[in-house]
Amino acid sequence: MQHQPIPSMTQPMSIQEIARVAGAQMLCGAHLNPAIVRAFASDLMSDVLTLETDQTLLITGLANVQAVRTAEMSDISCILFARNKKVTEDMVHVALENDMVLMQTPHSVFYTSGLLYQAGIQPIF
Amino acid sequence: MEFDYQITGGDFSSAGFASSHLKKILKQLGIQPRLIKKIVIAMYEAEVNIVAHAWQGWIHVRIEPQAIRLEIQDQGPGIEDIERAMEDGYSTASEEVREMGFGAGMGLSNIKNNSDDLEITSTVNEGTELTIIKKFQ
Repeated sequence: MQHQPIPSMTQPMSIQEIARVAGAQMLCGAHLNPAIVRAFASDLMSDVLTLETDQTLLITGLANVQAVRTAEMSDISCILFARNKKVTEDMVHVALENDMVLMQTPHSVFYTSGLLYQAGIQPIF
Repeated sequence: MEFDYQITGGDFSSAGFASSHLKKILKQLGIQPRLIKKIVIAMYEAEVNIVAHAWQGWIHVRIEPQAIRLEIQDQGPGIEDIERAMEDGYSTASEEVREMGFGAGMGLSNIKNNSDDLEITSTVNEGTELTIIKKFQ
């Protein structure tokens, strides 16, 4: 099934803009500037590892070091953790070592995805 | 150029360390980013498989001018039915592994999708051996 057409984004979105739209707090990598065009929301890292896109944001409720490792392997440079899941020092360490941005929002994965979709972030499938 | 890594079964906090190291080396060698992603995803899936299923394992990486070869060997329960294990959705992973975001039965087929050649041999109650080859073009 095709997703409903939305106003297509002409410019990639900055992480500052993503944080503003999603009501998120930047945990590390605020100085980096990865351009984000699309997002994938999943707690299943096996599924994230099948993505072939770039300029992708991962929205997840799974807060562990393997979520950060999975993003590292998948060339995903920004992760947004929903429901203020606790991000550990280990996770921040792996993220900093690989120039990745970590953010957290109090909103659910569903609501966060809705906000970003409405703002023009594209789905992958 | 050759590297060896030792992987400890059950140690999820260190899973991905070897793949991360290899990724940095491939970047330094100037390999195309799209190829690097395929190689490290195949390696990471294999690394997670060792941590999730085996007692311990070893990864031998050989970088040749035309291709990279990953030889992965573990001591563990082995795979009873390799053909079935290659099917999407088939998994014997524990609840703990699933809580880590894996164990959905997608790993071996994802390794195959990201490599040019994949060979698997396994003996039940002894272990599993994988050889993954990815050409540089």
